[in-house]
Amino acid sequence: MRASDRPAWMERPSRLGVALKAVIITAITLLVIYPFVGVLSTSFSSESEIAKSGGFVVFPTAPQLDAYRAVFDGGTVTRALLISVLVTGLGTLASVTVTICMAYGLSRREVTGSKWILMIALFTMLFNPGIIANFLLVNQLGLLNSFGALVLPSLVSAFNLVVLRSFFMNLPSELLESARMDGAGDLRILVRIVLPLSKAVIAVVSLFYAVAYWNNFFNALLYIDDSDRHPLPNILRTFILQGRTLESAVGTEAPAPVQAIQMAVLVVAIVPILLVYPFLQRYFTKGVLTGAIKG
Amino acid sequence: MTTPLQAVGPGTASRTKPETSSAAPRRLPLWKRLWRDRVMLMLTLPGLVYFLVFHYVPLFGYVAAFQDYQPYIGFLDSQWVGLQNFATMLGDPRFWDAVGNTLRITLTQLVLFFPAPIALALLLNSVISEKVRRFVQSVVYLPHFIGWVIIVSIFQQVIGGAGVLPDFLESVGLPRYDMMTDPDAFPLLVTLQVIWKDCGWGTIIFLAALLSINPELYEAAAMDGAGRWRRLWHVTLPGITPIIILLLILNLGSILSVGFEQILLQRDAVGPESGEVLDTFVYFNGVQDGQWGPAAAVGLVKAVVGAALVLGANKVAHLLGHEGVYRNASK
Repeated sequence: MRASDRPAWMERPSRLGVALKAVIITAITLLVIYPFVGVLSTSFSSESEIAKSGGFVVFPTAPQLDAYRAVFDGGTVTRALLISVLVTGLGTLASVTVTICMAYGLSRREVTGSKWILMIALFTMLFNPGIIANFLLVNQLGLLNSFGALVLPSLVSAFNLVVLRSFFMNLPSELLESARMDGAGDLRILVRIVLPLSKAVIAVVSLFYAVAYWNNFFNALLYIDDSDRHPLPNILRTFILQGRTLESAVGTEAPAPVQAIQMAVLVVAIVPILLVYPFLQRYFTKGVLTGAIKG
Repeated sequence: MTTPLQAVGPGTASRTKPETSSAAPRRLPLWKRLWRDRVMLMLTLPGLVYFLVFHYVPLFGYVAAFQDYQPYIGFLDSQWVGLQNFATMLGDPRFWDAVGNTLRITLTQLVLFFPAPIALALLLNSVISEKVRRFVQSVVYLPHFIGWVIIVSIFQQVIGGAGVLPDFLESVGLPRYDMMTDPDAFPLLVTLQVIWKDCGWGTIIFLAALLSINPELYEAAAMDGAGRWRRLWHVTLPGITPIIILLLILNLGSILSVGFEQILLQRDAVGPESGEVLDTFVYFNGVQDGQWGPAAAVGLVKAVVGAALVLGANKVAHLLGHEGVYRNASK
């Protein structure tokens, strides 16, 4: 902390105050990080080490990959992982495409009826049809037990729509006007001018969608009966929380400690998020604020 | 909720022929304007269809609340039973358990979780080093992106039966304590998980509000001899009050919806008597047991009460002179 960063009128904090603040902030940071480290370390640990530490290893002495071998052996977890990847990939693609089109279509106030359409979308932020109504609808549409049931019910989020729309509206209008003067139609303007300028915000919205699909547990729980077609979160639930064994998944004899396999599955579920997170983190604030306040 | 709609009015003048604007802006007939805007409107179509089909059409499903609904017969042929489903609901002690649990959990969250992001934002805001603040922010935002299944699993590992915390308690000579299966601690457990997941994420909006406070106010206050606590009280807090009110209103609307996924995942560990909330009650009665009518009745009451709470709270905010969720028409 350099003194020059402090406004002239602000008094120096007491030494005790600074120390206290540092302790609190460190504690909060550790409370967030500790579980992640524990999960990761345990997944690399051997039976004896897990037994010695009481189930949660923080520093594995002899890391091993047996748990991951078991997970990627082609059983239940591998299958669920593939389903999750597929749902996340295709779902995100579909959601982002539909959201971009709708946000752009609503981004000019003078378009006839666009305010009504926007209200129809925004109003869904205030109410939720509820479990029964949604289930009956998906049932009536014949989507039960289909791939579509994992994507369609949560295709567009009004929040992401607002984020994109306000970004599009804030693009310099001279740019769009001059393109129109040069004879570009609405579609060409979207593809050639708006999209290239909006890469960052589209990336954030994609992340929001992708995380939602990756973590979605509710759609599969509600609409998919066959547990062989469940994505990763539902497998996590039966395997870790309900304590059911994954014997069918990892062969008759488990080559690695159950605890390590459980943690390996958790790691597999968390790592994709950790991989994209650092790249997009700096855009969050802007996205969240436009989505939360404008309307 | 009709106020913002009134904003639709003139101003939809031609955008393709600005040269005619010297005369009074003539309004083209509707079909001509629709034809002019066809490309833009076509683009909104897939999204519009989605919202109508998946958010508005399901509302008709609530006729099931007044029927002895049988899925294989459908809405048209199911027998109408009037308010009988609501009577069933009110006479069901499990329903009242669910109401009680929902309110207990909501109240715990309101008291413990709601102020947490505000406090954390104030703490982060007071950190002068940019680097430290950035780092802590990226750490505390992260859990927001982790799904409930993973979070509950992690909690199971750390404080559950065979977890780190009971082991630690034993090693210091205290009895083992498993919070995950303690019915009395369930609201607290659920709240702790919410805090771990979303406290950091919740700071974003408060940090932005804090940034938007005019620094001259602080300077002037300091000139007048206000110490840091007085400045916190007289400058900082008034600066973020509108946001606090807004979030309180939104919270009020979801007072009957405490995280369905999160609670469903842990309901079995503490039993339905203390782990059942309205959403899980609806799920188990309707989707699991096929009691469609009564479940839909509960869902309908919940939705109506929630909407009424948002609108009511917003009204109160207007009366108190705050802006609330949407702007007052008179302004």
